[in-house]
Amino acid sequence: MSQGSGGAATEELINSLFFKYFNNEYLLKADDSALVPGSGRIALTTDSFVVTPLVFPGGDIGRLAVCGTVNDLLMSGAQPKYLTAGFILEEGLDVGLLEKIVQSMADCAGEAGVKIVTGDTKVIEGHGGLIINTAGVGFVKEGVSYGPENCRSGDVIILTGALGDHHMTILSHRMNIENDAVSDTAPLVDIIQNLISHKTEIHAMRDVTRGGLGTVLNEFAERSGKQILIEEEVLPIHPGVSSFCNMLGLDPLYMGNEGKAVIAVGESDAKRTLEIIKKSRYGEEAAIIGRISEPDGIGGEVVMRTPIGGLRIVNKMYGEGLPRIC
Amino acid sequence: MDRILESLKNYDGPDISIMEVCGSHTAAISRSGIRSVISDRIKLHSGPGCPVCVTVTSYIDRLLKLAEDKDTCIVTFGDLIRVKGSRLSLYDARAAGARVEMVYSPMDVLKLAQKDRTTLFVFAAVGFETTTPVYAILMDQILQTGIKNIKLLTSIKTMPEAVEWILLNSDMDGFIAPGHVCAVAGYRDYEALSEKYHVPFAVAGFDSSQIINAIYTLIRDKDKGVVTNLYTKLVQREGNTAALEAVDRFFEKSDGAWRGLGIIEGSARYLKEEYLEFDAGSRDLNYDQDNEGCHCREILAGKEDSSECPLFAKACTPASPRGACMVSEEGACFNAFAYMTEKRNG
Repeated sequence: MSQGSGGAATEELINSLFFKYFNNEYLLKADDSALVPGSGRIALTTDSFVVTPLVFPGGDIGRLAVCGTVNDLLMSGAQPKYLTAGFILEEGLDVGLLEKIVQSMADCAGEAGVKIVTGDTKVIEGHGGLIINTAGVGFVKEGVSYGPENCRSGDVIILTGALGDHHMTILSHRMNIENDAVSDTAPLVDIIQNLISHKTEIHAMRDVTRGGLGTVLNEFAERSGKQILIEEEVLPIHPGVSSFCNMLGLDPLYMGNEGKAVIAVGESDAKRTLEIIKKSRYGEEAAIIGRISEPDGIGGEVVMRTPIGGLRIVNKMYGEGLPRIC
Repeated sequence: MDRILESLKNYDGPDISIMEVCGSHTAAISRSGIRSVISDRIKLHSGPGCPVCVTVTSYIDRLLKLAEDKDTCIVTFGDLIRVKGSRLSLYDARAAGARVEMVYSPMDVLKLAQKDRTTLFVFAAVGFETTTPVYAILMDQILQTGIKNIKLLTSIKTMPEAVEWILLNSDMDGFIAPGHVCAVAGYRDYEALSEKYHVPFAVAGFDSSQIINAIYTLIRDKDKGVVTNLYTKLVQREGNTAALEAVDRFFEKSDGAWRGLGIIEGSARYLKEEYLEFDAGSRDLNYDQDNEGCHCREILAGKEDSSECPLFAKACTPASPRGACMVSEEGACFNAFAYMTEKRNG
């Protein structure tokens, strides 16, 4: 594969794929840096994506690379504007597959309202794999802050959709298990922008990715010094994910997602906020799952009431989320 | 269900000790917060049904020894990788350059071996009755494909013998029998134990209503030699005969060493003599070494709770486990730690 050499083959790849699909005025200038307009508080984030398989039900590494970075920007209250994309291609990567992935990135960027304005390509030895790095820039209004430390007593916790679908999809592929699992990979732009434009009383939010809901809620509790009680019975979990977890000894609280956020919102505005999320794209299955209170013992605790009325401490993920062996 | 829960909450009879044999039950009990809704007089103990937890030191040492050869690759499930042998774990060995691959299914070893014919792939075949049929299928595939560069290092255990050891060495009033194990092997062995020792068994699935029902049944049947099958959806008295036949084709029973319990007669399965060329030296791996201060032995035998071990939650945590019970997500100590302070007023 000579496309990483920097010569004519690289140019061919850039022209035929990246310019064609990412097509925008900043990228097409093909300068060493993209010069983009914007001012004020800048949110900047980066993430690298190394998933196998490269294409999975519900998405692919390209869609994932856009959503991961876009969602990180959204969670800091930013409006995502520009992305960069770095491609590390392994020798033997199918060019048709690469084109499919690039097209999927372009589609997702279009949906999320961001432009991919600059990029890079390298080729390394390997077995046809692909790694993508994206960095993202967004702009945050003065005074906006949704960090976990802002959680308040009385806040209601809303989860924007069902848990575990992405994790189940990827794990099923790796374990050669056939099922109907579909990844939830999605940009949360519509949900978050609707919440902001309706001036909902959001105090804190985080996307629920690796480490799962349990880990994010612990971050909320620790950083704010509050206590969180969630209700297991109302957690949105698809039946297929539930039985997959039962079969393999996995816990949906620690399953990874790629299109879900958890939001702490003032109690008086909780119902309206939930309705707005439910009407937004990718928010149909949102649910109120718990609330935040002053700690009755040590602060920083997350507790879950189980369907039998038992109370269980929800800790951060300790294990590696691996399936059990018997 | 509400009535049963109410009666378990208000139980005021003598203290009663119940062992859940299987690690998946241990995890399910912790996750559902069952301890917080039943009387303090009902004590639930974790049994030896976590395969990683009962693996002896010499088995890990043998894997490490095999891994010293640069043309050998150890293939293993996730949690075994962090269990320490005499000095090191496979995780440590991998960091030092040894070849260790983690897989999700035993069948993955076939692909590895087909891709790289010059390497010997040793599969760490650890497990109970539930996993053994899969190893039988793997053996069948190895024979059918004619692959020569796969060997198994087995640590395959059978539960009834270990349960009898518990009956002889500790004081349990009833057992929640392992649901998945019984789905494969049936529960006739437990009927025999139940009659012999006048102790009730309840075969249960893994949702909280099954487990609560099992606890209720065992209290009701205290001192009676009866087995109740609550998991009728999956478990039949005779087990899965096709799976058992596949196992018998490749494996035979002999004595096995259990961490904490010692050598138990007839409690392990090994590859039969005609398949010895596929065995990586699994027999006579009996040596077991306690980490200093570690109470794994007492905990696995149901004599102590995790919190009674001096290392628990201090020198020994999931991030830095000293004993195997803290490594596996099904281990008694892992669960005691991950759901610590589970018992609350509510």
